[in-house]
Amino acid sequence: MAGQVLKRYEKLRGEATAAVDALWRKASVRIQVGSATCEHAAGSEAVWEEFRRHIESSGRGDILLHRTGCTGRCSREPIVGVIETGRLPVKYHEVDRDAVHEIFHSHVLGGKPVSERMLADQLTEHANHLMLCDGSGCGGAVQGGVREAFLRVIAESGMNPEKIRVISSRCLGFCATNQAAGEITQALVLPENVLYTIRDENDVRAVVQEHLMGGRIVDRLVNREQPMSQRFFDLYGDLAFFNQQHRIALRNAGVIDPESLHEYVRYRGFEALATALDRNDPEWVVKMVSEARLRGRGGGGYPTGLKWAQARKNNEKTRYIICNADEGDPGAFMDRSMLESDPFSVVEGLMIGGFATGAQRGFFYIRAEYPLAIRRIEHAIETCRANGLLGRNILGSGFSFDIEIRLGAGAFVCGEETALIHSIEGERGQPRIRPPFPTESGLWGKPTVINNVETFASIAPILKYGSDWFSRVGTPQSGGTKVFALAGKIRRTGLVEVPMGTTLRHVVEEIGGGTANGKAIKAVQTGGPAGGCIPAGFLDTPVDYDTLAKLGSIMGSGGMIVLDEDDCMVDVAKFFMEFIQDESCGKCTPCREGTKRMLEILERITSGKALPDDIERLERLGRLVKRTSLCGLGRAAPNPILSTLQYYREEYAAHVHEKRCPARKCRALVHYEISTERCVGCTMCAKNCPVQCITGARKEAHVIDQSLCIKCGRCFEVCRFNAVLKG
Amino acid sequence: MMIQTDNRKEVMEKSRAALPDHVVAFIEACNSGPYPHSQLISVLHKVQAHFGYLGKEQLDAVAQLMQIPAAKVTGVATFYHYFRLEPQGKFTIRVCLGTACYVKGADRVVERLRDELGIGFGETTSDGLFSLEASRCLGACGLAPVVMVGERIYGEMTPDKVPALLERFVKEAEKQAAQKQS
Repeated sequence: MAGQVLKRYEKLRGEATAAVDALWRKASVRIQVGSATCEHAAGSEAVWEEFRRHIESSGRGDILLHRTGCTGRCSREPIVGVIETGRLPVKYHEVDRDAVHEIFHSHVLGGKPVSERMLADQLTEHANHLMLCDGSGCGGAVQGGVREAFLRVIAESGMNPEKIRVISSRCLGFCATNQAAGEITQALVLPENVLYTIRDENDVRAVVQEHLMGGRIVDRLVNREQPMSQRFFDLYGDLAFFNQQHRIALRNAGVIDPESLHEYVRYRGFEALATALDRNDPEWVVKMVSEARLRGRGGGGYPTGLKWAQARKNNEKTRYIICNADEGDPGAFMDRSMLESDPFSVVEGLMIGGFATGAQRGFFYIRAEYPLAIRRIEHAIETCRANGLLGRNILGSGFSFDIEIRLGAGAFVCGEETALIHSIEGERGQPRIRPPFPTESGLWGKPTVINNVETFASIAPILKYGSDWFSRVGTPQSGGTKVFALAGKIRRTGLVEVPMGTTLRHVVEEIGGGTANGKAIKAVQTGGPAGGCIPAGFLDTPVDYDTLAKLGSIMGSGGMIVLDEDDCMVDVAKFFMEFIQDESCGKCTPCREGTKRMLEILERITSGKALPDDIERLERLGRLVKRTSLCGLGRAAPNPILSTLQYYREEYAAHVHEKRCPARKCRALVHYEISTERCVGCTMCAKNCPVQCITGARKEAHVIDQSLCIKCGRCFEVCRFNAVLKG
Repeated sequence: MMIQTDNRKEVMEKSRAALPDHVVAFIEACNSGPYPHSQLISVLHKVQAHFGYLGKEQLDAVAQLMQIPAAKVTGVATFYHYFRLEPQGKFTIRVCLGTACYVKGADRVVERLRDELGIGFGETTSDGLFSLEASRCLGACGLAPVVMVGERIYGEMTPDKVPALLERFVKEAEKQAAQKQS
């Protein structure tokens, strides 16, 4: 039977390739428009429609409008890419209808890119971009560094340095041929889109002189492999936000049409599944995943291979596998993005997991709040069924598997495995005592494996490129990459995928660009409501499950909220406690009552009514809840309090003892006053005060009646003379 | 196995009548498959999608048709935040209170929404046009603070953008009403 499955797959791939290429060959210009919840929110549907109309009225049959998912560059959406044969691709940001008109006429029809609407730091006036991989498999090929060698040779050859831009990029994803790690470097030349394998300085010279200067492709150095994420770097490799990332789970996000099976298969989608089925050896899959040291990306960090092996061991042959897509952590949205932008890769991961664990049925447990993600997964499942990739006897392998979608209904606790299982069973989502673990007795009492969306999205590349490669990308404790959702007070918000062990500073400052307003970063909150705040002093910590735990936080699902000096840490702790208290399922006493009392204490502290020993009381109660709660939700609930107490105790003390909020955030502790020197008597504040507590004649200094002031801050906002002082 | 009682036929008819046909058909399809009770949440989603909320009559009908105790159906319906037990306004405004939105000042957007609408979370305006809901995290943190109306997300909200947003939906309601009349 060996080879039969792969043969079937190759046929499918041949059809997909022919279909996609036929479409693209016709197009001399491809216009890419993002389509995901956030892109739609920013107006990408209108942009799509506007382009469609423009293309129609232009009568040009060679302009292709191409839908993609989201790249993860949230604050700049909608993002539109214009890709012309033989020219460097151009990316536009925050495109609206007017911009469409301008881009279409000036760039698409007229050939002149609209520079003022381009994403920052793109340089399109160069003739070529040369992208050098500095991923884990590359580098070291030339004495003194490949980049330096290129720069030197370019200078020596008398080439105009303005014409070429040399870019170092995290990993181009051509690792399959990279067996000789450290001896070669992959170099991608745009816009010709040629990939070279550089082994020594002669190769460098050849690429510069023959290709960059002579315009001839150096055939003998060309790497003809079709990697998984090449197209991502084709498009976005020149931007710092993207080329510092290493995209494995997000490899297709923002470059392929999430509703096209053809495109997914064209770029080697389902090859990993076909390979696994063709070998017909589930143990091999489990071994690969174990050796890759892939750990659960939902937050717990449990080794995925081990989990799969445990389920396999069970004598019960009816088994289930579940994809946890109930992304509940406030501040995390990578799962939504993956489901919306590259649904097939998650489906493929789930199927490989099903094959490896011997499950016959898989489930997607998706948040009801993600309507587009649900539709895309539904579409992906139906398309797979129609193409023989789901159902009975998949690709003729004898393996049968089907997938069903179940919707969550807004319960954070359902992120806990046993609670999630109860929810699929149609019960209240309350956890139970473990053991038995779900791999022993889960859904309907059968062995059940639950993994997160991102975990599944990482599976296919492991099988394709090997566990060595994956584990080399990360740290000795955990292999691969992690996607972080950067948000809060940061310049570039969005999704960022970096290797495990990358420092927080790299993520926040280099990729995220630091704070938006130039203020100092105070802390980074990781791990959502179960995590903690990491002070700016620890920004050089390499991010990993264990290092974050040591700092009193957790990796969690990867939410990363940047806080600046205007954020009050007590208020942040209160925010999370409000959330957790509301989400506590009520089953066990420590969590149900403890979170309520902790919240009461925090409310006292932030409203200036704290008792002198409230900090100690809070700490004691936090430790108790952590020790005695039934499930992970309760045990992690005090983390936001305990971690802020650990690093910002003096801030708590200021609230409790001095009734003062150092960040001037806690409303009850803030005090407004009008400076008699600065006030010009414009009456703006008095007009806007909702309780009429500001008095004063026109052109005379005004006064706030402190006994009536509700501290809403309206006067502070409206004053144009900075005369209202906040203290 | 169904329990036989004297007024079974009447009760079943009443229950069927309380739910739209496609929900009844879905329940019947589930009943003939494996683990029919596990579909309770899916059924409640369908009922809410149709009516906008879960009324007592519908909950009882679901209990009857699925043969699940009414107490359990209510237990499930009240456990999950997504389910609403009161009629909703024509437009439900969900304000995201996730971390990123909180950091970016969602509280002030909420305050303005409350002022403009004169209602709090979980309430509906007297003209039946708007309901206000607090939402966990809508997963659009990059655009924080956000609110969601229907299936659409509105990003980078400020208190001052609130009146225009509401106005848009008031107009839409008027337009719909006018279309209905003509």
